[in-house]
Amino acid sequence: MADLTLDLPRRTATTDFVAFARGRPGFLFGLAVVALSVLLAVFGPLIGPYPTETALPGQPLQPPSWRHPMGTDVSNMDILSRVIAAPRIDLTIALVSTAIAFVVGVLLGVVSGFFGGGRGVPRLMSEGIMRGADIIQAFPVFIFALALVGFRGPGTENVVAALAFLNVPYFLRITRGAVLQVRERPFVEAQRCAGNSELRIAFVHVMPNALTPPLANLSPTIGFSILLTSGLSFVGAGVPVPTPEWGSMIAIGASNMMTGQWWTALFPGLVLGLTILGYALVGDGLKEYLDPVNKR
Amino acid sequence: MTGTPLLTVEGLDKDFPVGGGRILKAVQGVSFEIARGEALALVGESGSGKTTTGRCLLRLIEPTAGAIRFDGVDLRALGLRRFRAMRPRMQMVFQEPYESLSPRMRIGRLIEEPLRMLPGLDAAERRRRALEALAMVRLGADAYDRYPHQFSAGQQQRVGIARALVTRPDLVLLDEPTSALDVSIRAEILDLLSDLQADLGLAYLFISHDLTAVRRVCQRVAIMYLGRIVEIGETEQIFERPLHPYSRALLSSVLYPDPRRRLSRFLLQGEIPSPIDLPRGCHLHARCPWAEDRCAEAYPPIDDHGQGRRVACYRAAEMADMRET
Repeated sequence: MADLTLDLPRRTATTDFVAFARGRPGFLFGLAVVALSVLLAVFGPLIGPYPTETALPGQPLQPPSWRHPMGTDVSNMDILSRVIAAPRIDLTIALVSTAIAFVVGVLLGVVSGFFGGGRGVPRLMSEGIMRGADIIQAFPVFIFALALVGFRGPGTENVVAALAFLNVPYFLRITRGAVLQVRERPFVEAQRCAGNSELRIAFVHVMPNALTPPLANLSPTIGFSILLTSGLSFVGAGVPVPTPEWGSMIAIGASNMMTGQWWTALFPGLVLGLTILGYALVGDGLKEYLDPVNKR
Repeated sequence: MTGTPLLTVEGLDKDFPVGGGRILKAVQGVSFEIARGEALALVGESGSGKTTTGRCLLRLIEPTAGAIRFDGVDLRALGLRRFRAMRPRMQMVFQEPYESLSPRMRIGRLIEEPLRMLPGLDAAERRRRALEALAMVRLGADAYDRYPHQFSAGQQQRVGIARALVTRPDLVLLDEPTSALDVSIRAEILDLLSDLQADLGLAYLFISHDLTAVRRVCQRVAIMYLGRIVEIGETEQIFERPLHPYSRALLSSVLYPDPRRRLSRFLLQGEIPSPIDLPRGCHLHARCPWAEDRCAEAYPPIDDHGQGRRVACYRAAEMADMRET
């Protein structure tokens, strides 16, 4: 037997992932969008050929040309430079708010899932958490976000807070669903026999095995948060005006579209749409990749 | 068998409400003892209440009624917090080897988990104990840093056994420890369990429907049917001369690899009834070829037949006489 060797390519997590991604153009496109958006969030404001918050000398509302591939807006700012610079604020808001919502949602989801259906105080806590989530989700998302920001005033931190708050029930429910399955598996009982406290079982043994669904939903939530940020900025409740941001650029450009300057709103809108699509595709791909049924 | 038994169970009941105000009596009036270093088997078909009985003992579910005494301590009187302090002394090995191991935890940490309840053990000492437990189940020290899915089912069950032994318990509950394993591995695990029992002076409660496994490992057997113990006694006696008709039927269903052994099948009629609406009288009377009128009237008392043999059948004494002639 010792002489029998086969030269099989080494299978690692990386080669598995590459093989998975290779056959899925949508997933690859999404990955490219995500990578590009992250690059732009870091370097975007440095790359653009023109300043992003100050007007250029000369005529405003120039159509697309070699000097200004996406034209200029009503204040004569270069749209391409601003579109490239916008991920810094849009992506930061989306990432920070989603991260907060993920952490809070997962923790609450573990508590409500693991202690749901029991008795006494843990059960009350679990029920309380779920009813709170119901209340938040009963309102239309955008109206609720608008109300929250309206209540606290516009500004980046308030947009982050509002989005984080809105996304908590989402991660909570996904995590709770996973926990409800994991808690029935025999190793939970085995850990009980080992003398673990219920709290330790919930967070040390159940939670790590219930993270796949919420992790797979991170990417689409980031995309959705970018959309909401833009939406809030569009109605003037988000990022204050001179800062390059897709939603407020569309808002400024919208009035010019009526008079024929279509480029002012079209390009930021296109980029926004492609970005959200990219994040959603990555989410879909990851869901499939992380599903143990597909693990060869 | 001197002094008080390690574990005494008396009149254990477990009811499950099944909706519509109906009740499933999973366990009824189950009583038995286990002496130190003794292996008792709990045998029966699925639905006989053997696993429920085991889970009640470890407080994985709360019994409806009954007394459980472990080393003189009334377990049901303990709060859950104080019961947790007893857990290192009574451990469990589960039916499904892989599913009973936390999938994202290394073997070493898994085995060390029960040690967290023991005071005054530092990390180095815990590691030493875990490696010792791995050696006891004949796994290499290199298993310590690996993950459960990297092992075969038989090896995973060894890990489960190591985890149960690491606290040096008095009692180990084995819940069908070999039913998920291949036949060849089954024998290895059974030998291992037998050796460990002898070497460490462990007491086992061995829950199984595998009669050959039971005969190999256990000194005493309790046979359960529809939530009640119908017969309990020493393994060889019960296997040689079962006194309860159900025991006879169960044992005659085992195939022995011995061509000279004459096949005397003892068959019950019909199917096992639903445990929700149990028949009046003996649970077996509708299926039993020995049934008399009184069998349909009241459940027979569990009578002593000497040498620790107890049987719940009106005609057990007749059965004993008849078999001797």
